[in-house]
Amino acid sequence: MAYDTASRTGQRRAVRSGLWGWINERLPVDVFWRSQLSEYYAPKNFNFWYFFGSLALVALVLQLITGIFLTMFYKAGAATAFDSVEFIMREVQYGWLIRYLHSTGASAFFLVVYLHMYRALLYGSYKAPRELLWLFGMIIYLALMAEAFLGYVLPWGNMSFWAATVIVNLFGTIPGIGPGLVEWIRGDYGIADATLNRFFSLHVAAVPLVLLLLVALHLVALHEVGSNNPDGIEIKEKKDLRGRPLDGIPFHPYYTVKDIVGVCVFLTLLAIVVFFVPTFGDLFLEKANFEPANPLSTPDPISPSWYFTPYYAILRAVPDQRIGALLMLIAVMSFFFLPWLDRSPVKSMRYRGWISRTFLGLFTISFVALMWLGMQPAQEPYVSMARIFAIPYFAFFWLMPFYSRIDSVKPVPERVTFHG
Amino acid sequence: MSEIGAIADHQQPEIDPGRRKFLTVATSATAAVGVVVAAVPFVASWAPSERARALGAPVEVDLSKLQVGQMITPTWRLKPIYIVRRDPAMVEQLPKHDNSLKDPKSENSIQPTYARNEMRARRADLLVLIGICTHLGCLPKQFFDAGDPVLGADWPGGFRCPCHGSRFDLAGRVFNGSPAPTNLTVPPYDFRGQDILIIGSDDAASKGAA
Repeated sequence: MAYDTASRTGQRRAVRSGLWGWINERLPVDVFWRSQLSEYYAPKNFNFWYFFGSLALVALVLQLITGIFLTMFYKAGAATAFDSVEFIMREVQYGWLIRYLHSTGASAFFLVVYLHMYRALLYGSYKAPRELLWLFGMIIYLALMAEAFLGYVLPWGNMSFWAATVIVNLFGTIPGIGPGLVEWIRGDYGIADATLNRFFSLHVAAVPLVLLLLVALHLVALHEVGSNNPDGIEIKEKKDLRGRPLDGIPFHPYYTVKDIVGVCVFLTLLAIVVFFVPTFGDLFLEKANFEPANPLSTPDPISPSWYFTPYYAILRAVPDQRIGALLMLIAVMSFFFLPWLDRSPVKSMRYRGWISRTFLGLFTISFVALMWLGMQPAQEPYVSMARIFAIPYFAFFWLMPFYSRIDSVKPVPERVTFHG
Repeated sequence: MSEIGAIADHQQPEIDPGRRKFLTVATSATAAVGVVVAAVPFVASWAPSERARALGAPVEVDLSKLQVGQMITPTWRLKPIYIVRRDPAMVEQLPKHDNSLKDPKSENSIQPTYARNEMRARRADLLVLIGICTHLGCLPKQFFDAGDPVLGADWPGGFRCPCHGSRFDLAGRVFNGSPAPTNLTVPPYDFRGQDILIIGSDDAASKGAA
C-alpha cells in the first residue's frame, strides 16, 4: 500500500508505505502535521507576549486533568460537598496537591488569558482579517468566567454560597423575567442543594465541552488567517518562489521548542505558588471559604476572585441596581466590539501615535486600579475612586472610533523587525 | 432518442428548485418545532422540585420571648426573616427622615397591602422583613443604635448591607445613595393571638389555622 500526498499538499513528497501509509490513506495524519505544524509558517519576530496562547492551552489541560481527578473524590450536594473537599485536602493521597493545582491553575489560567488578550490590544491582533478569531477568543473568555464561577461554588464554603447568591441575583435585574429566571436557575427559593448539583454538572461536563469546541474553532480560525506579529504586518504578502512567507518560520520545530521553554517557566512559577503560597494571601483561596456555607451569615467584607474584581468594582460604583448590572455587562462586552471600534490604519502600537498609546496606558492603569478597588470594602473613598477609574476604562473603547482615526501614525516597515 | 438516453433522462429528472426549497424549509421547520418541544422537559426540570415546594409552606414563630429592641431571624423558604420588636422611640423616629429615603411611602417596593404604611407592618411594635438585600441578595446587618460610629452621627438606626453598602431604616426602607432599588421586602404574615406569628400566609387568623 502506498499513497502520494502531492495531490493534497501541492508538493512532492516521499511515497509512504507500510502501516503508516495504511493509516494515512484512511486518516490524514501526515497532511495535518505538515499543514498545521511543520509547514505552518508563523512570523519570525514573535516576542515574550506570544507565549501566552500556548500557555493557555497548557492551563486548560492542567485544569481538565486535575478536575477529572477531583471529580473522583468530590461529592456534590449541600450536605456532603464541604466535607468531601476537606476529605480531599486531608485524607486522599496527594489530594491536597491535586486540589491546589486546580485552584491555583484557575488563577493562572486567567492571568495567562489576560496577558494573551493584552497582547492583542498592543499589536492590534483583533483587526481585520482576525475579527472572528478575536470573537471566538472572547466567547472563550466568557465561557471561562462561567466555568470559574461555577467551580468556585462547588466547595460550598460560605464565600461559595454568597458568590452564588450575588451572581445569580444579577439575573434578577433583567426587567420582567428576572425574578422567575432566578428561581429557575436556583431550582429552589434560595441557593440550595438543587443549585449546587446543577452547577456541578455544568462545571464538569457542559462548559468544558463548550470550551474545547471553542478552543478548536479559535485554532482553526488562527491557522486560516495566520498569526499577527509585533509589527502588525501580514507576512503572507511577501513570499518566496516556493510560496513560503519570507518573514515566516515553520511553527514546528521553531515555536514548539520556544513554547516548551515558556511552559517550563510557567510550571515552575505554578509549582512555587502551589507548594509555598497556595492561598496567595486570600487572593486564590479566601479565608471565609474555609467555613461551611451559612445562609444566615454573609461574610463581611465579601469580594469575588481577583479576576472578576474590575467588573465588580464597576457594578458597585453605581447607586442604581439595573444601571450597575448593565454597566458591568457593557464593561465585559466592550471587548467584543474592538475590531469595529478601532479605525486606525495600522495594527501595532509600535506605529501608532501618542493618543492611542495614552488611551491604552490609561486603560491599563484603570483596569488594574479597578481590580484593586473591587477587593476593597464597599465604602468611601473606594466607591468614588471606582467611579473615576471607570471613565478611562470605558473611554478606551467607546472613544476609539474617534481617537484612533485622528491619531498620527508612523510608517509601517515592509518586513518584520527585531527589537530584542 | 435511444433506449440508453431514455434511461439516463429517467434517472435524472429535471430538478424543481421551488419544490426542493419548500421541502427543505418544511422539514427544517418541523424539526425545529420538535427540538423546542423536546426541550420543554429539560428546561422544566430546573424549576423547584415538589419537595422544595412542599418545604416552602408557612412557618410559625413564637414571639413571647422576644424583648424590646431585639431581633430574631427564623427562616422561611430558605430566606432569613428579620423580626424586630421596635420600642416607641424607634417608631417615633421613622417619619423624621422621610426625605432621605428612596421610597418613603413604599410605592415601588414589595409588601402586602397591610404593610404598605409608614411602619411597613401590621403592628407598629413588630417589624417583619425578608432579610435579603433587594440589591443582590446579601444579608443586611443590624446597626440599631442611632449615631453609630461607622455610619455617622445622623444615622437613625437600621440595617447596612456588607456586600455593596446599601442602608435601610428600622422599617426596612432604603436610604438614598444605596445601590438597592427598593425597600426590604415584607413577606405575607399574620398573627394567631398576640404572640404566634405565621410567616407565609396572609390570613391565618381568619382561616383559623392551627
